[in-house]
Amino acid sequence: MSTLIEASTDLALRANDLRVATTLGQEILHGVSFTLQRGRMLALVGESGSGKTTAGLACLGYFRTGLEHTGGTIELSDGTDLLALTDAGRRGLRGGSISYVPQDPALSLNPAMRIGTQIMEVLRVHGYGASEAERRERLADVLTDVGLPNDAAYQRRWPHELSGGQQQRVGIAMAFAFRPEVMVMDEPTTGLDVTTQALVLQTIHQLVTAHNVAGLYITHDLAVVSEVADEVAVMLSGRIVEQGPSDRVLHDPVHSYTRKLLNAVPDLAGRHHIGEVEAVTGALPIISRERAASARVATPEVAGTLLSVRDLRLSYGKNPVLNGIDLELGRGESLMLLGESGSGKTTAARCIAGLNGNFTGTVSLAGQTLAPGTRQRSAEERHRIQYVFQSPLSSLNPRRTIGESVEVPLHMSGSFNRKQRRALVLEALDQVQLAASFIDRRPGQLSGGERQRAAIARALVNAPSVLVCDEVTSALDVSVQASIIDLLRTLQVETGMAMVFVTHNIALARHISQRLAVLHAGRIVDLGTTDAVLENPQHSYTRELLTHVPTL
Amino acid sequence: MTTIDTHSEPVTDTPPGLMRRIIRQRQAKIGLVLTGIVVLVAIVGPLLLPWLTGYTSTEFAGRPFQPGGMFGTDNLGRDILSRFLDGGLTLLVYAALATALGMLLGTVAGMLAAYQGGTLDSIIMRGNDVLLALPQLVFALLAITVLGPQGWVVVLVIGITHAPRIARVTRAAASAVITEDFIRASEMYAVPRWKILLKDVLPNITGPLMVELGLRMTYSIAAIASLSFLGLGMQPPTADWGLMINENRIALTLQPWGVILPVLAIAILTVGSNLITDAVARASATVEESK
Repeated sequence: MSTLIEASTDLALRANDLRVATTLGQEILHGVSFTLQRGRMLALVGESGSGKTTAGLACLGYFRTGLEHTGGTIELSDGTDLLALTDAGRRGLRGGSISYVPQDPALSLNPAMRIGTQIMEVLRVHGYGASEAERRERLADVLTDVGLPNDAAYQRRWPHELSGGQQQRVGIAMAFAFRPEVMVMDEPTTGLDVTTQALVLQTIHQLVTAHNVAGLYITHDLAVVSEVADEVAVMLSGRIVEQGPSDRVLHDPVHSYTRKLLNAVPDLAGRHHIGEVEAVTGALPIISRERAASARVATPEVAGTLLSVRDLRLSYGKNPVLNGIDLELGRGESLMLLGESGSGKTTAARCIAGLNGNFTGTVSLAGQTLAPGTRQRSAEERHRIQYVFQSPLSSLNPRRTIGESVEVPLHMSGSFNRKQRRALVLEALDQVQLAASFIDRRPGQLSGGERQRAAIARALVNAPSVLVCDEVTSALDVSVQASIIDLLRTLQVETGMAMVFVTHNIALARHISQRLAVLHAGRIVDLGTTDAVLENPQHSYTRELLTHVPTL
Repeated sequence: MTTIDTHSEPVTDTPPGLMRRIIRQRQAKIGLVLTGIVVLVAIVGPLLLPWLTGYTSTEFAGRPFQPGGMFGTDNLGRDILSRFLDGGLTLLVYAALATALGMLLGTVAGMLAAYQGGTLDSIIMRGNDVLLALPQLVFALLAITVLGPQGWVVVLVIGITHAPRIARVTRAAASAVITEDFIRASEMYAVPRWKILLKDVLPNITGPLMVELGLRMTYSIAAIASLSFLGLGMQPPTADWGLMINENRIALTLQPWGVILPVLAIAILTVGSNLITDAVARASATVEESK
């Protein structure tokens, strides 16, 4: 009973049957209701297009161009309806009693303004304190609150002089400077490395609990939710389908969609299978330990070695990116190349595929040393190593049909006529589980997951023996990620190709790889079977990564 | 809790093509009508000559600036209407050829500069800057004075002076496309460079190029008419709108139609093609946004 009374007095914001539609009349939010309480964090979880950001921005009385409010209220702690206020009234609240932390700190900070000045601006606009001295004091305090140094020299830094994590903390400091009642955070850790993410999440959690702020945390990452949120609301196409305390929702979900989302979350311990295709997940559970064990035996210079990389080095000017990488990949083996941004993992992958030919060292395939750049490699060599790009939005020409794009590698091999090419394209599309009708569609008509499948089809059409996948799932929703991982594993088993899976997401390790190489500052610091590295990491960096990875 | 269909496919309908988005705009329709009228007059006019006016152009020979015929006679006593109907086609053809030449040179240079980068980029773009430093008309005057006032010289000179401006626009547009991964992908498959430029880069920069095409067409018409007016483009006795303005301006108060008709035609053509250009710009901008 006491909790009920407490809850009503601690109310900071209540969204009631919120409806938002496009100006053309298509409804985006179909009556969303949630309550934010002081000192508690509500996580709004959903996949892209579910309307979670629209709902979050509505808490600030803001609607993106092309959207309009069509019904429902947003009630503040003093009982006023935010959405009934004028534009000027809403602006007075924004950044003051309701603040917002955007997703990308690098884009949200003004690059031509010192960080101290940017935070001071918020305080000045809302008239914090009586004097400039008081505001300076608040500025120093708020920097401490978010775990940054508060000396004058630090305040005079430019945004580009800070790391991504520090930039995001400045963003949080700006949002927190005026002591808001409500903070809306839109995926504030999505672009950050796990270690940085862990620190930022800790900061956010402290602010919310210690300063009695009501938090709304918008995210697609359920593992993060379990770390920060007290309550969870799961959104699906403009509706909240499940809402409750985070322990209950994450461990005992009621709605089938929540279960599906939870099933798709990769799990470091490999306790469950992600994805839906039972046949593969059943036959090759995670990656079987026997296979992993045999892979360990088979690796050193046995005839099974397919791809070998020796002393790969590359630098941009004086800036070394790769400091001597040695790798071996057996036939049909899957290797995960793990590293944070800037570790050189993409560069290494591109060197292997011949996309970046400026390296020293050797890349050899089945004992034959390959030329550095693809143009110097023979058609046969090019076919055998294929590369899939990170962003499916960028890797397919928007003006070509899927069929035309997938056909490019076949054109270049030159030995097929039109009919054969079409048959091979259809076969590749079938392998990635896209219907034949996709052949005449353009990328703009496809979802992110479908585009990535098409990009994979382009890599498969020449039946490669090594597939290099560069962060192929990082731009995708978890459920789509699960299906792509499932697909890649199926393909690996069916075609017997070897795979280099480049990623920053260590949680995927047991789901995709037999061996794991950890890349740090252009060097491989840990290399071994996935189980061995995860259970007994040799390098302090790997251990640090493993402690910071968020788990459910 | 109500059950909600968990699988909702986003409705993916084909967005209307560039052409349809252009036509949908009112100013594009007006522009098309205006341009269409002038182009029709220029093309069909010469074919229908004696029939349309009801007399041959020599009907009033030797009677300069007389009110004979429908719009009077010109400085040599030729019928103004006949001259007007006859004088548009060369202007349009020359303008189109010059614009096409400029587009070709500029697009190739701009795409090469953007794609190759490095030294070639520097050479092309600094060469561009040198050409841009010379005013178009002054450069044309120089070339025509040296090479003589022939048609191909006019086309060549106007085309070449357009190229640097088009190259700058092309380079800027292409630079953005070239960072995309599908270009990396084509390189990975060792697609020949010219094919990458033609199939991957060009189709993705048509929006800005169409705008530039319209703009340069307008400038070509104005430049060729100006050159004719200055006596360096079409030579007498050719019928030409620019030349007509020059020949008949001395009798502007006496027999104004000899000047007004070609001026009106050029003005309508310029306004019309500018309206179309604006519509194209707006239509291709919406593509960028929705991307």
